[in-house]
Formats: sequence, structure tokens, C-alpha cells
Amino acid sequence: MCAVRGLTKTYPAVRGRRGAPGTPEVRATDDVTLDIRRGEIFGLLGPNGAGKSTLVRQLTGLMRPDGGSVEILGHDIVRHPERAARILAYLGQESTALDELTVSLAAETTGRLRGLDVRRARAERDAVLDELGLTPLAGRPLKKLSGGQRRLACFAAALVGERPLLVLDEPTTGMDPVARRAVWSAVDRRRAERGTTVLLVTHNVIEAETVLDRVAVLDRGRVIACDTPAGLKEQVAGEVRVDLVWRDTAPLHVPEVAALRDRAVESGRRWTLRLGPEEARAVVATVTGGAAFAALDDFTLATPSLEDVYLALGGAVQQGLVKV
Amino acid sequence: MGRRVRTEQGDCRSGPDEGEQRDVSVVPADVLPGGALAVEEPAACAAELGPRARLWPSLAAVYRAQLSRARVARIPLLFVATFQSVGIMVLMRGVVDDGAEAQAVVAGSSVLVVAFVALNLLAQYFGQLRASGGLDHYATLPVPPAAVVLGAAGAYASFTVPGTVVTAVFGCVLFGLPLAHLWVLVAVIPLAGAALAGLGAALGLLAPRPELATLLGQLGMSAALLLGVLPADRMPEAVRFARDLLPSTYGVEAFARTFGPRPDWAFVLGDLAVCGVVGVVSLGVATWAYRRAAVR
Repeated sequence: MCAVRGLTKTYPAVRGRRGAPGTPEVRATDDVTLDIRRGEIFGLLGPNGAGKSTLVRQLTGLMRPDGGSVEILGHDIVRHPERAARILAYLGQESTALDELTVSLAAETTGRLRGLDVRRARAERDAVLDELGLTPLAGRPLKKLSGGQRRLACFAAALVGERPLLVLDEPTTGMDPVARRAVWSAVDRRRAERGTTVLLVTHNVIEAETVLDRVAVLDRGRVIACDTPAGLKEQVAGEVRVDLVWRDTAPLHVPEVAALRDRAVESGRRWTLRLGPEEARAVVATVTGGAAFAALDDFTLATPSLEDVYLALGGAVQQGLVKV
Repeated sequence: MGRRVRTEQGDCRSGPDEGEQRDVSVVPADVLPGGALAVEEPAACAAELGPRARLWPSLAAVYRAQLSRARVARIPLLFVATFQSVGIMVLMRGVVDDGAEAQAVVAGSSVLVVAFVALNLLAQYFGQLRASGGLDHYATLPVPPAAVVLGAAGAYASFTVPGTVVTAVFGCVLFGLPLAHLWVLVAVIPLAGAALAGLGAALGLLAPRPELATLLGQLGMSAALLLGVLPADRMPEAVRFARDLLPSTYGVEAFARTFGPRPDWAFVLGDLAVCGVVGVVSLGVATWAYRRAAVR
């Protein structure tokens, strides 16, 4: 339903001024090609600055690409960006346009601006607020709500005035588990009943693994992999992640531990190692017995996550994907 | 335009129920393991678009939403605007004589409330909305740009009504001017409001940074204060020329003329017409600026 071909956008270099260094030219999206199928939850995963939001802005008609094409449900969005608003609903990261409205008015106004008449907008508003458990907050201004509640209210506004494609840019940021569940069950209901397609931007790997049908991994503007979460994880199936947390400092006087140091990613007292299963077993045996054990606070063995996939694929940023 | 079209009834695309069965599988996409297999696209032919929001209903919706913001965020600022004008009139009382100068001060102070809210606050609002990405919300809705700009400008012009009326009545009592023709505010507020709100919206949407939008809004209001409230006869030639360029001046002049014993209504109408024309042009520019700011 959504075909992206060779999408490229370059931010021009900014010349340095007094006191402010210039920035070089940045390729925010670099020859991106994607196919999103009807009825799936398609994810864009990548650390901050990978180009996810720039890509989404081009898909929603908010930004003109330098080159390439975007076709959604048969409409050329590059040539007719104004049509995007009539095909998709977009939940951006910012809520400033709605902040001073009450939850109820934010949803109703958005519905009316999506072309619903007053009666229909109110009926859909009531249904969506009820579905998401927002009815008790309906009369409160978004500004006075907590971050997660505000996000949920913006999500509600995005759902009023049904669209076949939902583009959600980090929809669950700051939400508690109850609100998250409300979001995903609302998405699932629309998918099952109406075949709604969802394009989800996230940097949360746990969420990506649980809700996505397929995921494109972005790094520095390029799609470095695109598959199901399970399919991607098979690429690093031979590896196990070992996390070691030391009580104080690592017991480098133990030769086996000292030998591991070069291969570990250190962050404070934590060492993270990516090893073959045999090797991992040997490491665990070493640290849980003998001199190293006295210095060990905690350890975990885990099968690879999408984060490991990202790193294995050569993702440039070591820290940037969130695990919640 | 505005035809009610349910998108899922489009001819070219499979409907929600029968489509999934017709195309590939009877199993909904979300229960498949891994969910990778979704429905393949039917032949490449464009789906029907959702409805477009029509100008007047969406303008009304934006206006109503903006007006409701007053309750949350704008009331303290409205007090500031009114007190500022009242304070200026009290100060000027010892300076000006009772005749034409008093009329100019009362009219200038009243229109200053309009300038404060419609020009200054609206420029700040649009400047911040643009900088924070809030315009994306409107830009991804099928709403005509004019509805967003006119709805916001209209709401800000409406915010000025109570403050302007209070200032005008207080000024008339303070300077002993007749209250008989205050009804002319019914025309002065919307027309001066349109001119100043249009200017404010255009400044806010064109300023490359929000601080600059704030600065321009403040400068516009300061200009309206200095050039509108101070009696014109005492100004040097260059300043008078600047005064003639400022749209609020014509609102002030129109209002001030009505305090006379026998107002010349032709001139009042002429001044109001200038406000109206400036309003149409500046709102047009603001709409163009909105379009430009929304898609980059």
C-alpha cells in the first residue's frame, strides 16, 4: 500500500558563524526503498539521528525529498503532498498545537479538521476517548496532564476521523503500561476490523520486537536491514549476550577475566559480551567459580535482541536504542 | 469538494472484510505467526481519498479551539493589555489638553489593546508553533490554510473585545468624552483586528526563529503605542510618515473622529476601509506564509 523508491534528502551544509561551528552536509535519508503492505505494523527502528523522523516527514508530505518517489494507495505523495492528509493520520512528536485545548476539544477539533461534520466528530470523539480510557480526563487541558497522558490524548486525536494508514512517531513515549496496552489494543482493533496499516517509528527495541510485523533498521539515513523481527534475529542466532555486573571493579588479576576485557563493551560496572554459545558457557563457568565470583554482583545470559542485530549489522551508534 | 467518501468503500482497494478473503488468505494479518504475510496489493489503481475539510466548518472549528485556549492561557495577558492601556491614559491625563489630543489618547489606547493581543501575541503564537513543529499537526490534516490562519486571527481579534471596550469606556469617563458613538467599536475592533492580526500572523510565520517573531511582535506593538497614542501634531515629519504606514493608525483615527460633536462619517469610513484592505492583504500574506512554513 505504500511504496518508497530511492528516497533521498540532503540537508545542506551550514557555514559556521562567529562562536558557532558549521555543520557539514548531512544525508538524512539516503536512497531509501521500502514496501509497506496493507494491514501490517511496519516499524522504523534506529537510534536518534538515524533519519527516522526525516523519512516519516517525507512520507507524510511534510517535507519534499530531493529525489525518489513515495506512493501511498496509488497516490504520488511527492507530486501531490496535500493528498497525504486525506489518506493518513499522523501522530508527531510535538503536541504544541493541542496543548492548551481540553482532551475532548482536541479530539473533536482534529476530527472536524479531518472533514467530519460536528455530529460525527463528537460521536467519534466520545467513542475514541472511551476506548482509550480517557473519558475521566476529557475536560482537562492537555497541558495539565502528565507526559504519558498527553501522548495518549494526542493518539486519541489521531484516531478520530478514520484513515487507512496511521503514521505514529514514537507513540508510547512516557506512557505507563496501562496506556501502552490501550494504544496497542486500539491499533489491533482497527487492523482486524478495517485492515488499517500502521507505520511506527520507534527506538525502543522491546516494543519493536513485540508489536511489529516487519521492521526496517535505519542507520545514518540508510536502510541496513528489513525483515520480520524474528528473521532479523536469526542473522545473529549464533550469538549469546552475556552481561556481567561487578561489585566494585573487575577482578583483572584473574587471567581469564583480563583476557575478556578487550571483547567487552564496558559501561560503568557492567560488561557486555557477545559470544558463541560454547564460549558463553565457559565464561559463565569462569566467573561463577573461583576468584572472579567474589567480585561478581550479577550476570545475565540472553538470546539476541534487535539491539544486537543492529550492532551486528554495523550500526554506528553504540548507545541509542532504548530498552524499557 | 467536501463530498463524504468513506475511504474503505473505494472501488480500487479491497474492503476491510471481503478484501482479505479475496486476496490471499482468510486469516487476518495480525494472527499470522510473525505477521509477515499481509495482504498483497490489488492492481495499482488509486484509492479514493478521505474527505477534505471545507473552509467554513474548519474555520469555525479552529476559531472555537483557539477561543477555548483563552480560558487556559490568555486571560492574565488580557488583563495586562487592559491595565497597560488604562495606565497610559492615566499618565497622559496630566500632559494633554482636553480637546483633540484627549480623543487621540483614548482612541490610541483602545486600539493599543488590539495591537497587543492581535499583533504581538499572535506573532508569538505562530512563531512558537512553527519553531516547535506544532504546524505539522495542521499540515497533516486536510484543512485549507486560510481556515487555520483566519480562525486563529479571528480568535485573537475576539480576545481583544473586552479589553478594548473597558479601555474605551474608562478613557471616555476619565477625559470627559461622549460615550454616544462608542458603538463604532463594532466596526473598529474587527477591521483593526483583521489588519493587525494578519500582520502578526505573517510576522510569526515568516520569522526564521521564534525569538525574532517575538521581537517583531513587540516592536509592532511598541510602534502602535508610540505612534498611535501620542498626539500626531507634535511629531516630526519623518515620524508622521511612519505613523501613516502603520495600519493601527487608521483604526485610531477612525475611532478618534467619532468623539467630535459632529463626526465626519465619510472620513471614518475611509479610515476603516484602509484597515479592511490592509487586513485582506496581510491575511493573504499570512496564508501564503503558512503554506510555505507547513511544507519544507
